[in-house]
Amino acid sequence: MATYILRRLMEAVFILIGITMITYALLYLIPADPVRQIAGRSATPETVENIRQQLGLDLPFYEQYWRYVSALFQGDLGRSYLQKTEVSELIASRLPASLLLMVAAISLELLMGLVMGTISAVRRNSAVDNSLMVISFVGVSAPQFVVGIIFLYIFAVKLNWFPIGGYGTFHHLVLPALTLGFMGAGWYSRMMRSSMLNVLGQDFVRTARAKGLGKARVIVRHAVPNALLPIIAMIGIDIGIFMSGIVVVESVFGWPGIGQLAWQAIQRVDIPIIMGVTLVAACSIVLGNLLADIIAPFVDPRIKLK
Amino acid sequence: MRVLKALLRRKLGAFGLLVIFMTVAVAFLAPLIAPYPPDLQLFEGLTLEGAPLPPNSQFWLGTDLLGRDLFSRLIYGAQTSLIIGVVANGAAILIGSLVGIVAGFYRGIVGSILMRFTDLMMAFPALLLAIVLAAIFKPSLWIVALVIAMVNWVQVARVIYSETVSLAERDFIAAERTLGASPLRILLKHIAPHLIYSTIVFGTLGISTTVLLEATLSFLGIGVQPPTPSWGNIIFENQTYFASAPWLVFLPGFAIVSLALGFNLVGDAMREILDPTMKGKH
Repeated sequence: MATYILRRLMEAVFILIGITMITYALLYLIPADPVRQIAGRSATPETVENIRQQLGLDLPFYEQYWRYVSALFQGDLGRSYLQKTEVSELIASRLPASLLLMVAAISLELLMGLVMGTISAVRRNSAVDNSLMVISFVGVSAPQFVVGIIFLYIFAVKLNWFPIGGYGTFHHLVLPALTLGFMGAGWYSRMMRSSMLNVLGQDFVRTARAKGLGKARVIVRHAVPNALLPIIAMIGIDIGIFMSGIVVVESVFGWPGIGQLAWQAIQRVDIPIIMGVTLVAACSIVLGNLLADIIAPFVDPRIKLK
Repeated sequence: MRVLKALLRRKLGAFGLLVIFMTVAVAFLAPLIAPYPPDLQLFEGLTLEGAPLPPNSQFWLGTDLLGRDLFSRLIYGAQTSLIIGVVANGAAILIGSLVGIVAGFYRGIVGSILMRFTDLMMAFPALLLAIVLAAIFKPSLWIVALVIAMVNWVQVARVIYSETVSLAERDFIAAERTLGASPLRILLKHIAPHLIYSTIVFGTLGISTTVLLEATLSFLGIGVQPPTPSWGNIIFENQTYFASAPWLVFLPGFAIVSLALGFNLVGDAMREILDPTMKGKH
């Protein structure tokens, strides 16, 4: 077990190093000259040269990468070209809002998806099953910006139940979290359905039925917990999908998280911010997968450690 | 033929196929069907105050903020979605299969390096990576397709890799080796044909992902650039007016969802038809 965790940790470290290399290579490829952007149009050639030296942009590629990585280890993600603020500060100030949104969305999608999937599997091939599966298919086929705008139109503009955007109260959270969780609910309901079907066909479920337990008790106490096991690993992968989703959802709802930060940075071509958010997102994906890998064998002893 | 028949027997699969077929037909016949050129700003397409028109007898689906016919723009937008769907996804499948087959068949150092790189790319959030790439290259139709391909090949490589690994260890491959068949012959004659089914399934499901990613990039303003109509950029251009002119957002949104749904339904049905282990489970 210890060696398994250790190896997973090593792999994660290697992937993180790889991520910094790719992020840096991309940064290097971007044609826009940051020095010109910082110095402004009226700068003298000497000022431009000074800034270039300050930023270390006159150094060879590998030395620049080294400076970038050593700065990273001190939590320094560079400075925004336009806001002149530390990128790490910008991200840190916006991370809580994004985390709140993600936790709410994960809870919602799990709740909706698992319930829908369980009902579908129990009522297999019925009209209920068919309509739930059609809903799930629509869920995974609907881009978040479309879902978000439709929710805004119906629940904020027409019905006036929720505010049209912004941040602060529970009311502000509902629509963005629903939008972000909508697609995931579709995935989870389909996975839960097939996982439940698999479990319902197994001997221990038949035994539980045979010893006279009620149908509801068999499903809730015996089938569902077992069907959930393969799904736990998926939650780790979900973080990656959410990291893309928050860019869209936060920009539609004006939610002040790192997704909106990235979106605003795209509009202004503020590269250090885009890179910073990408790096933070990639790290959380690696950590999410690592956590899922470590937790999965504890929850499900049948998983063989490779 | 057998697959097509099985597909048509399933309600959802047949419905998906119908949606795809109609979209393809509309895209091909665009110049014949569209009542107006997609970029034409019509004087009578705006109210006297300059607001877009809701659906009416002259403009079936209404007009947009510049007085262009929305129906015509949606029809030409179908071309954009399909071109990107097919080209980007085709490229992703090509790159992914190549990486997966080579890594799975030759294993060793080359295989390790290729698959570690694939793992690495998996760790990047797809949309953010596409955004960074779109910032590096100036977005055009083909660049958007390329960016999407560079993001989407990863999943294909994973699947093809694990299938190739399990195929390469089977007895009939070992028998071929003993008979003296060259690696290239084994690869082309015995391994590749077994991978075709997964490639078809992933090809179909992947088009759906691609259509959604293109729409999202265009919605963020870094995908297909106006005036070329794309369903995503139609929403991008008109989103601020969604409360007063909802048709400008809902109709393109409906088009995106339908096409993605079509490919998802067909892909899922094909997976059930082509996967022998799924027999009898339906």
